[in-house]
Amino acid sequence: MAYTEEELKKELETKEYEYGFYTDIESDTLPKGLNEDIVIAISKKKEEPYWMTEWRLEAFRAWQEMEEPEWANVKYKKPDFQDISYYSAPNKKPKYNSLDEVDPELLETFKKLGISVDEQKKLAGVAVDIVMDSVSVATTFKKTLAEKGIIFCSISEAIQEHPELVKKYLGSVVPQKDNFYAALNSAVFSDGSFCYIPKGVRCPMELSTYFRINQAGTGQFERTLVVAEEGSYVSYLEGCTAPMRDENQLHAAVVELIALDNAEIKYSTVQNWYPGNSEGKGGVFNFVTKRGLCEKNAKISWTQVETGSAVTWKYPSCILKGDNSIGEFYSIAVTNNFQQADTGTKMVHLGKNTKSTIISKGISAGQSQNSYRGLVQVNSRAENARNFSQCDSLLMGNRCGAHTFPYIEVKNKTAQIEHEATTSKIGEDQIFYCNQRGIDTEKAIALIVNGFSKEVLNKLPMEFAVEAQKLLEISLEGSVG
Amino acid sequence: MLEIKNLHASVEDKEILKGINLKVNAGEVHAIMGPNGSGKSTLAEVIAGQEEFEVGEGSILLEGEDLGELSPEERAHKGVFLSFQYPVEIPGVSVTNFMKTAINESRKAKGLEDMPANEMLKKIREKSEMLEIDRKFLSRSLNEGFSGGEKKRNEIFQMAMMEPKLAILDETDSGLDIDALRIVANGVNKLRGKDNAIIVITHYQRLLEYIVPDFVHVLHNGKIVKSGTKELALELEEKGYDWLKEDAVV
Ligand SMILES: Nc1ncnc2c1ncn2[C@@H]1O[C@H](COP(=O)(O)OP(=O)(O)O)[C@@H](O)[C@H]1O
Ligand SMILES: [Mg+2]
Repeated sequence: MAYTEEELKKELETKEYEYGFYTDIESDTLPKGLNEDIVIAISKKKEEPYWMTEWRLEAFRAWQEMEEPEWANVKYKKPDFQDISYYSAPNKKPKYNSLDEVDPELLETFKKLGISVDEQKKLAGVAVDIVMDSVSVATTFKKTLAEKGIIFCSISEAIQEHPELVKKYLGSVVPQKDNFYAALNSAVFSDGSFCYIPKGVRCPMELSTYFRINQAGTGQFERTLVVAEEGSYVSYLEGCTAPMRDENQLHAAVVELIALDNAEIKYSTVQNWYPGNSEGKGGVFNFVTKRGLCEKNAKISWTQVETGSAVTWKYPSCILKGDNSIGEFYSIAVTNNFQQADTGTKMVHLGKNTKSTIISKGISAGQSQNSYRGLVQVNSRAENARNFSQCDSLLMGNRCGAHTFPYIEVKNKTAQIEHEATTSKIGEDQIFYCNQRGIDTEKAIALIVNGFSKEVLNKLPMEFAVEAQKLLEISLEGSVG
Repeated sequence: MLEIKNLHASVEDKEILKGINLKVNAGEVHAIMGPNGSGKSTLAEVIAGQEEFEVGEGSILLEGEDLGELSPEERAHKGVFLSFQYPVEIPGVSVTNFMKTAINESRKAKGLEDMPANEMLKKIREKSEMLEIDRKFLSRSLNEGFSGGEKKRNEIFQMAMMEPKLAILDETDSGLDIDALRIVANGVNKLRGKDNAIIVITHYQRLLEYIVPDFVHVLHNGKIVKSGTKELALELEEKGYDWLKEDAVV
């Protein structure tokens, strides 16, 4: 097999989306379009209390007044918000106690993904709450969690069963009016997960959710709320993959994390939504608001591996409110073909002796554009705040782009801010060296990319790291010919 | 084992190898010497399948099979190993992980299962002890921040792990101090056997005191201008290459 840079570029472009398929499950869908009646209907369908309906309406009214934002480095055809159906639920809706009761078609879907539920079950210590087209269809390991007083359920269930907690924390970190997409999400979110760890409890297992988008023309508006009480600890995994389809799918999720005094939350994401075909057609639009609040001595780590989506706009952030609190952001973003990613983080230092670390690894191939946008903000009262940022870019070929936009706003002289950035290319000599050792070009690229991403991959829980490596390979390898 | 017939190779229309003939039998060690720029590394890389070079006339046969159409990795699977003059860095990939991948990819090509973890560990332990390599070294990123000598020792470690049929060592001695040279030579000698062949490319006769060659060839301006036994290396050490250059003109 001949290898030149030109051929490498071609290989990378011809990689088709391997997980392109979708499950045909009958669903119960609201008519397309968005108005107050639809918002009320969503709330009714979910049998929500009055305060929740009002909360949604408030968000909807705010959203109507807002303008969809524009970004310098992301170009796309804006979604028509009246051409989207805002609610769909599998109509065979019972809650399953065991996986045997789950729709065989769904299990088949998991098989195709190579993350069969059977396999999941064997991975000791992982509780899986599968979100299938906006409504949870399976929840496991609930008992073990219940014994520790841990609540891990769908947000709808939480609204019914734990209204006091939801009322207290929902929108406390990402207010309804925070931004255009957050307001939209607040008005129409159909499901998502809720997690509550009581005081002093260490969650004994990784909590894991797999997201799927399924219904034609259905937007996905997930809402996730994680509350870690004083001195508690939880590691939360979020992962997803979407079926191949022609029309763009909008995803506007909101994730709120609350880490009270001395608590720690690790939030890991492996995101693999359909990025569009090699001409840039189709693919998921991913506009996500993720934010965590740290009280005294608390710590929040965001770790993410992004390989999917046509357009990704995402800045997991930490508000370091409490003294001595710590925020971390570890990210790998892969773009190929015509994908556009604008990701990064915001670290807002409010408390004294607050510390933040940012490690961002961007990998671009094809004609994709990969931007890192980070904001480190140090407030005037944040004595001795410290930040370390490192942004590394790996380029494949000459037609892709990597951009780094570090913004730093410091209002306290005692702050220590460090920023490092590197850009490198996969060298033909590296590939030949691997080839000479019997490693073909496809595997060599995977090896080099994994090496480049190692510092971030190491932050992922073991079983997730293996899956993330697979995704990196899939999104960059081509069919060698 | 290896038979090279009238091999020509060029890069960007510049001919570098101008008709090389070389026959290496199983069990033999051949040394290739020659001044800088004579084409030694080019020859090594062309045998390994580096496609940067265009092979014009001539052929390379390994155990009677023409390598011409084979990719570098296929040649590696057939037992060709090159210890690079300038090993490249692969950040974030540990020596151990790299070797594990290399060995398992070669096994896969032969239809074998992955090497069991305990067997792999045993092999790593054995070979690293033989080459006096610290275990901590093996978890470092491949060649990143390695000294010249460490890189070369690491190449020989990889050779020992892969157990090739034909090993080509391109200036493995440069950058090694005398103790390291002895250790590395010892590692190479362990590979010597009736079923293997080794080609040692070097400038200096020093290495050949430890790895004693059966034959010595002098490469000059893309051609083998003289062949002989190990005494030729001593002669070269004494007289330099100039007297051969004149020979070549004749
Ligand atoms: N990629 C290349 N492009 C252009 N010239 C090259 C390339 N590789 C080698 N050469 C040239 O070929 C000749 C032989 O080089 P090389 O094989 O490295 O010699 P040696 O190893 O004997 O010192 C030199 O003149 C060198 O400049
Ligand atoms: Mg050389």
